Amino acid sequence: MARIEVDGIVFEAREGENLLQACLSQHLDLPYFCWHPSLGSVGACRQCAVIQYDDEEDERGRLVMACMTPVQEGARFSVDAPGAAGFRASVIEWLMENHPHDCPVCEEGGECHLQDMTVMSGHTTRRFHGRKKTWRNQDLGPFIGHEMNRCITCYRCTRFYHDYAGGKDLQAFGSRSRMYFGRTADGVLESEFAGNLVEVCPTGVFTDKPFSQSYSRKWDLGSAPSICPGCAVGCNISPGERFGRLKRIHNRYHGEVNGYFLCDRGRFGSHFVNAENRLRRCGVRVGDEEFQEIEGLEALAVLTDLAGGGNVVGIGSPRASIEDNFALMQLVGEDQFCAGFSSDEAVLNELIVDIYRSGAGRVPTPLEIENSDAVLVLGEDVLNSAPRLALSLRQSVRNESLRLAEGARIPLWQDAGVRGHAQGALSELFSLTVLPTGLDDIAAHVEHLPPEQIARHGHAIAQAVAGVGAEESASGRIAAALKSAKRPLIVSGTGCGDGEVMRAAAAVSSALRHAGSDPALLLTALEVNSLGATLLGGGLGLDEALKRLKNGAADNVIVLENDLYRRADPSLVDAALEASRRNGRVLVADLIETRTTANATHLIPVAAYAETLGTFVNLEGRAQRFYQVFEPRAPVTSAWQWLGEAGRAAGRNDMRWQHFDTVVETCASRPGLEALREVAPGADYRGAGGLRIPRETHRASGRTARNAHIDVHERKTPVDTESPFSFSMEGAQGGAVGSARSAVWAPGWNSNQSVFKFQDEVGGALIGGSSGIRLFEPAHGVPAPSYAMSQTSDEGEGFRLIPLHRIFGSDELSAMSPPVVERGGAAEVVLNRADAGRLGAREGDGIRCDLLSASAALRVDDAMAVGHAGLVVGETFGWLPRGRVVLSRDPDFRSSQELIARE
Amino acid sequence: MSERPLTERIDAAGGFVDGGRYEEMGGYVAARQAVTSMTPQEVCGLVKDANLRGRGGAGFPTGVKWGFVPDVPGRKYLVCNADEMEPGTFKDRYLMENDPHLLVEGMIIAAYAIGADRAYVFLRGEYHESYRALTAAIGEAHANGCLGESVFGTTYALELAVHRSGGRYICGEETALLNALEGKRAQPRTKPPFPPASGAWGRPTIVNNVETLCNVPAIIRRGAEWYQSLGLGEDSGTKIYGVSGRVKRPGLWELPMGTPIREIIEQHAGGMCDGYRLRGLLPGGASTDFLVEEHLDLAMEYGAIQAAGSRMGTGTMILMDDHVCPVDMARNLQHFFAQESCGFCTPCREGLPWVEQLLLDIEEGRGTAEDLELLDHNAAFIGAPGNTFCLHATGAIEPLMSALKYFREDFEAHIREHGCPYRSGPGSAAEADDGAN
Repeated sequence: MARIEVDGIVFEAREGENLLQACLSQHLDLPYFCWHPSLGSVGACRQCAVIQYDDEEDERGRLVMACMTPVQEGARFSVDAPGAAGFRASVIEWLMENHPHDCPVCEEGGECHLQDMTVMSGHTTRRFHGRKKTWRNQDLGPFIGHEMNRCITCYRCTRFYHDYAGGKDLQAFGSRSRMYFGRTADGVLESEFAGNLVEVCPTGVFTDKPFSQSYSRKWDLGSAPSICPGCAVGCNISPGERFGRLKRIHNRYHGEVNGYFLCDRGRFGSHFVNAENRLRRCGVRVGDEEFQEIEGLEALAVLTDLAGGGNVVGIGSPRASIEDNFALMQLVGEDQFCAGFSSDEAVLNELIVDIYRSGAGRVPTPLEIENSDAVLVLGEDVLNSAPRLALSLRQSVRNESLRLAEGARIPLWQDAGVRGHAQGALSELFSLTVLPTGLDDIAAHVEHLPPEQIARHGHAIAQAVAGVGAEESASGRIAAALKSAKRPLIVSGTGCGDGEVMRAAAAVSSALRHAGSDPALLLTALEVNSLGATLLGGGLGLDEALKRLKNGAADNVIVLENDLYRRADPSLVDAALEASRRNGRVLVADLIETRTTANATHLIPVAAYAETLGTFVNLEGRAQRFYQVFEPRAPVTSAWQWLGEAGRAAGRNDMRWQHFDTVVETCASRPGLEALREVAPGADYRGAGGLRIPRETHRASGRTARNAHIDVHERKTPVDTESPFSFSMEGAQGGAVGSARSAVWAPGWNSNQSVFKFQDEVGGALIGGSSGIRLFEPAHGVPAPSYAMSQTSDEGEGFRLIPLHRIFGSDELSAMSPPVVERGGAAEVVLNRADAGRLGAREGDGIRCDLLSASAALRVDDAMAVGHAGLVVGETFGWLPRGRVVLSRDPDFRSSQELIARE
Repeated sequence: MSERPLTERIDAAGGFVDGGRYEEMGGYVAARQAVTSMTPQEVCGLVKDANLRGRGGAGFPTGVKWGFVPDVPGRKYLVCNADEMEPGTFKDRYLMENDPHLLVEGMIIAAYAIGADRAYVFLRGEYHESYRALTAAIGEAHANGCLGESVFGTTYALELAVHRSGGRYICGEETALLNALEGKRAQPRTKPPFPPASGAWGRPTIVNNVETLCNVPAIIRRGAEWYQSLGLGEDSGTKIYGVSGRVKRPGLWELPMGTPIREIIEQHAGGMCDGYRLRGLLPGGASTDFLVEEHLDLAMEYGAIQAAGSRMGTGTMILMDDHVCPVDMARNLQHFFAQESCGFCTPCREGLPWVEQLLLDIEEGRGTAEDLELLDHNAAFIGAPGNTFCLHATGAIEPLMSALKYFREDFEAHIREHGCPYRSGPGSAAEADDGAN
């Protein structure tokens, strides 16, 4: 540490960090634009100018940029000196020459970093008399709006998009005062992380397009801390709501999970909450008739009825919270409860937990993988199955560049210097996947293999690590690189549907442990609560549960937030639901219409994640609480409340739950879930001054009038009995721990840049610590387990099916979000050219799978192994059979474009 | 007549010096001597002793600069900055077009001294004649064993190539030049790291100006003492001085370093044209401060010019006579510099166009006293070294600051009289420019 002085205040800062970091870590107000905690310094905007003095005698000093000035023991600076303050005001005045005066109609207004810095710098009166420059904007696709007139040329967009996220299609064009940031031509921004431009841009050039279409000011958005439901990474998000509509998703900083960035599935995938096909009424139907709306009490009576007897099967869901699943489990009994995965996936998820617990490797946090200096990816298309991780892996390979820069004594925050010196040098990432992935461009070694061969290759690497096998082989080279790395990382997961691949990953990690290194091992699951539902357990597998219904061993079924057709053989689901409809009741509690709700006898509408609270467990085993952002309109209610009410009405003593916290308490009595109690503040938590934490901002407008078109009297503010948050502007953010803050907002800092005011140090943990609790830790001190290759036979006719995941379309809920629908593609079957030829099919032809009663367009990719077919998971293909399956050319197939063209 | 190591062959040949003539006149003797019988350290030491200073404008001691290259294994680069875009400057062009082998030889010696095995000439895109001359010379040098895998039969290998610039003034800034050479946007780099430690493609790199490198062969051949003795004052060697403006004989002359300004203008350039009086001059290109009559007896050398508040720069002066409006000249210069800003940092990108706008307003009679204050304010904040990312804006503001100092009465007269006193008829000053935008 070094002691430095800023305007007479002496404080300690890290030696070698830059002065801007040091000042912001002290929560001092120092304006900046181009610097970003994750992107480092380039010195472009000149906004963070301060005066640096040579020594105690120096009274004049010289102007330096804080972001480019390393902290050294005894250094003396002034932020307030007139020379520095005047220069900073001038910088704003220069930027304002061309910046439009459109704040009142600009989406950024009210949370604009440029507005904040303008006010902070003191520039008020326009002295430049020239004309403002204007630009043509580009259509950048369904996610991002473009308004170049507002650009202040800070270069943050291209530095994030191109340098940090690896995107190729957004560039800086032109020169001098005619810089343009965009694409060579109109078109969809290709990067899966483009949405971050909305928050990275310090003003309103890149805007959230769906938000713009249904816009509210930041100060009018109600919010509460939430967790992205899009995949198993568990990124922390801030959903914004007004008038009962979810308006947008912003990143919520988490120092161990998502940092400052989200993927576009997460940012734009939440509009399913407002979707047309939301289930909003209770319903009943007889036979094949249409659903009739019924009262909530009537629906509850049916549920209560089912709670009484044992003649029922309960099917939960990995997209529902632990508490919702637990409530269903309590209601039907553990032996009648199924967690809702396909039977194959249940095995894979249990394998994740087993491997984690076995101590085969250290389980890293998602952000920690950025420190890895050698990475092996086995089988997982991370960019499509756990997208945010791919952005972190992209940072991990930069460790070689950082090492070179360190050797040349270039501070690591000096971004342009590091990149210029290291010339894009990458540490090694080895990628063995089924098809090309979005990480191939940064991989030192890429192979495209079917899962069973990936597993074999993985085991060979493990053997090579252990010293068995040829060193000249690819396996030998990979093993050597992993062994010599300081922080090796193995990534695998359930994405390609083959447990042997994960066992191979565990074997490599184990072997590294045996060899004395400390490998990190991260296994990805597919859904937001895959691990939560797995840890909760349940006595039934899905196929078994469906067979019970089909065979009449049980007559009734309660399905919670689950489309069974995506998880089991559709013919088995049909048979099971048909039998159950005939013999008893099919009660489906969901938030959205699915093929399963269409086959129900009773429907109960449940709250979406933003309308309730609960706990999700992410892929590292971190339990995280999401809180209710807004109240759903009755009868839509949280699943745990429906189920709890039914249990109580049925006189069940074990379900006398008054509140959510009691559900948590009861659930935490299950082995392995004890820590649930500590995950996040409960309803009795209070912020500063013993006050609730307000969901609404301190300047929310129209409080007494915003419902005046319905009732001219101010509506009574609902009381939240389940969480520490209030539904009003009353209360206090101050004092709230990091995980219980509904907005980041500080005096003078209205934009999301204000987050540094709530961090221990800039870019570090939130004050109060990083939220969430790991439910399990790997065994310590035990010898590394060994994983041997198990023999599988792979003979027979037809194709082995491999699930392929897509960031836009494979996740059930986000696939219903209108902007994601626009961005996603149609289902595909991917075949090798030879196999396509054998089927007599060409690119674009329909390929039919009789067993699944579905067809999709063919995409020919020679990376696909012969005898294998990749099926893009989504609405068309969910559950896939394990054995070999016959595929054929479908002469009647029409692509969706053709169908649209016909209409 | 004094010795002229840079131009004596051109004069003797009466123009272009081909490869044969070059060798006849002692060409490549120095390079051969350096590569075959001297260590790189000895070459560096000799150049340092000769006190050769960079002729591109900054005047940094060349031998010292070479000494910054770390002794590390791997590739190193020598880059010749031939992106001669400083307004009023055409000295490098003269050398390259007429005696290309001199540059090639200088580069061989420099590359050998720093251990570079790759060398580039980063050439101004419009210098077609130089390009033809250099590529031919490099071909001949290759054929004669002066370049290639075995330079002069030794184990030393050197490849030399010409890169033609896409054409921006900022490419003359050595780190922007390196970015452009790498195919990136021509924006200057952060320093540190400095190019000798991490330059082209992240490798140790020395960037030297054409004229600087052309001085090297003679230093090797005739020694440091001889070279030092050529200068009249504290600086060594000769310098190609140039004069443009309303003089009787505008042109270039190789003269002893430290020749007085008055001698250059009056003896070599023939003095002012009849009917014109000298009001001021930019001593070393457009990005240097004005000097005025009182400075005419100064020696044209780094220290003396700096002491007078300007810079010797490229040593090719632009003269302003009494028929030229200083406001309009300043406006013209700011138009150039605003246009050539790379667009990276705010003060330069946004500040210079405002300065240009203010000057245009004043020149065309719309200026107010407040505009003059704004001009002072902007000039102070844009021009101070360190306020901007590189020195482009600093250079841009130098002639403006000094114009405001020496010709303030002209600015005030424009404001007072709502127009330009130098202009008889109406007409927009901007229209008088070439309109290149």
